[in-house]
Amino acid sequence: MNYSSSSTSALPTRDCDTPLAPRRAFGIALGRAALLVVAAGVGLAGCNKKADGANAAPAGSNSQAVAAPSKEPVTLLNVSYDPTRELYQEFNAVFAKYWKEKTGQDVKVNQSHGGGGKQARAVLDGLEADVVTLALGYDVGVLHDKGKLIPENWQSRLPQNSAPYTSTIVFVVRKGNPKKIKDWNDLIRDGVQVITPSPKTSGGARWNYLAAWGYALKQPGGDDSKAREFVSKLYKNVPVLDSGARGATTTFVERKIGDVLITWENEAILSVNEFGKDNLELIAPSISVLTEPPVTVVDKNVDKHGTREVAEAYLKFLYTPEGQEVVAKNHYRPRDAAAQAKYKNQFPDVKLFTVDELFGGWSKAQPTHFNDGGIFDQIYQPKK
Amino acid sequence: MRFKTRGVLPGFGLSLGYTVLYVGLLVLLPLSAMVIKASSLGFTEFWLKVTDDRALAAYRLSFGAAFVGSLLNAVFGVLVAWVLVRYRFPGRSIVDALVDLPFALPTAVAGIALTTVYAEHGVLGEPLAKLGLKVAFTPLGVTMALTFIGIPFVVRTVQPVLEEIDPDVEEAAAVLGATRFQTFRRVIFPALLPATLTGFALAFARALGEYGSVVFISGNMPMRTEITPLLIVTKLEQYDYAGATAIAAVMLVASFGMLLLVNLLERWARRAEA
Repeated sequence: MNYSSSSTSALPTRDCDTPLAPRRAFGIALGRAALLVVAAGVGLAGCNKKADGANAAPAGSNSQAVAAPSKEPVTLLNVSYDPTRELYQEFNAVFAKYWKEKTGQDVKVNQSHGGGGKQARAVLDGLEADVVTLALGYDVGVLHDKGKLIPENWQSRLPQNSAPYTSTIVFVVRKGNPKKIKDWNDLIRDGVQVITPSPKTSGGARWNYLAAWGYALKQPGGDDSKAREFVSKLYKNVPVLDSGARGATTTFVERKIGDVLITWENEAILSVNEFGKDNLELIAPSISVLTEPPVTVVDKNVDKHGTREVAEAYLKFLYTPEGQEVVAKNHYRPRDAAAQAKYKNQFPDVKLFTVDELFGGWSKAQPTHFNDGGIFDQIYQPKK
Repeated sequence: MRFKTRGVLPGFGLSLGYTVLYVGLLVLLPLSAMVIKASSLGFTEFWLKVTDDRALAAYRLSFGAAFVGSLLNAVFGVLVAWVLVRYRFPGRSIVDALVDLPFALPTAVAGIALTTVYAEHGVLGEPLAKLGLKVAFTPLGVTMALTFIGIPFVVRTVQPVLEEIDPDVEEAAAVLGATRFQTFRRVIFPALLPATLTGFALAFARALGEYGSVVFISGNMPMRTEITPLLIVTKLEQYDYAGATAIAAVMLVASFGMLLLVNLLERWARRAEA
């Protein structure tokens, strides 16, 4: 997990360095990385509390708060997963500008990125995120199930399952597509090496797995046992299970291992652009899964910080035409029809199914397929 | 055994108090939190989780690779220490500094570097693959990484001891008619054994817990190249905190047992030497 901050002010230091410093020094004295995380959380709490205290008067008084807000800057913490780094860097700047114009208040959004599951655990263990923007509904759901940080109906509070942007799962192959990989069934051929991370540790890899399962299910005569056989065969062709999505990309692109990489569409577009169209090609399968990375305000934390209003505005802004433009520019599929039309050429035509449609949602897919003893484990370790 | 010794310096009670507090706060407190968490499982559930086939395969790999790695370090670490102490050659101080590098390097960097070198198309991986030897993404690769991170431990524990042994002692042995082998076997080896054992134990303990560098080179294949710390991470990924701590508790007990054993061996070696 690491922090990067994007801010309207050019100052690299946080305005709450002073309250943070002694606590952090204490953390270092303890010398434990784990405690540092906690200390950082405590530090942030202290920091936000300060902003909270300063905001308490205008926010508490009445609805005039919007019309005549204090000029006191406000800080949000957005806890996200790995590949959204560039997206939110750009989006935060656009939002800060919008918020300043609307309310006259400076807003600074700190970002934290890392593996989705790790991030959810950090929030659960006390990292005081105002908003989370994670890879799967499952990881957000835990914030309710285990921590009661958000209400049960969190996913219906914002339009479209609280997923303001979507993506899908596609393939990346080497230039010229030497193994002639066109669709999912090419991945189970003998002699084709497939690179995908372990669904046990990577949220993205769970989408890959479900996409393959869904393909097999949607074939004529497809059922669960056929799908299971298909997915087992596919994983027999996987030589390395990296622990995260970026690791798998490195294995494929830089170590030149494998014939095909299964990955998010936005990552695929990024890799192809970055490593050159002379090296890699993006291949869209006939059918794939609609990935819906959800966003939500963390109620317990925004109420504590007094940041609910700006945090909600932040997420709603993702749905506006300006927000959708940023989303599409960063290779995520926008929900907005106008942005969709404008960026049509960027996104290959793929038939998409949702996890709710085929798997009954994440709360069912996760235990059936990915928990200990689930179907993924049985591929490697037949049930006794 | 006497509990209290009067030394030249006063303040035994105070310093012992600090020691106990320090160790208690930094080591025992987090560990007991772990044990409490693990004990939230019933005994049968705990047993099932820690003796699962997959867990057993992971223990085998973790303990096996850590053992082989530290054993290699014990042998070659003594050699390196010997060379550094007994010979003067150009670049000696550079070699000396290089030994510490695995300490200083962030483990993920080490893992990525090792994988780059030993992967199929890597500088060493390619020729080795032609010889039919795959290093990256095999148990061999795991051993490789664990050997790498353990290098400094043996060298740095043996080095000062070796510096203390006067070369005169070897000469005396030779004058008294000892062969080279006898000199090594009877004079040098006993003196170095305790330090070597300590170094071995440190390297072993470090290797057991290593995560950062290994996940890159191991390939993380269930039942084959999955190390125990990775298993703990996968359990956390399912928010199975109790299961994760159960495995961690097994690791802890096993490592503690091994460290205790090594300490006893070391004490025995010291006594044998005296």
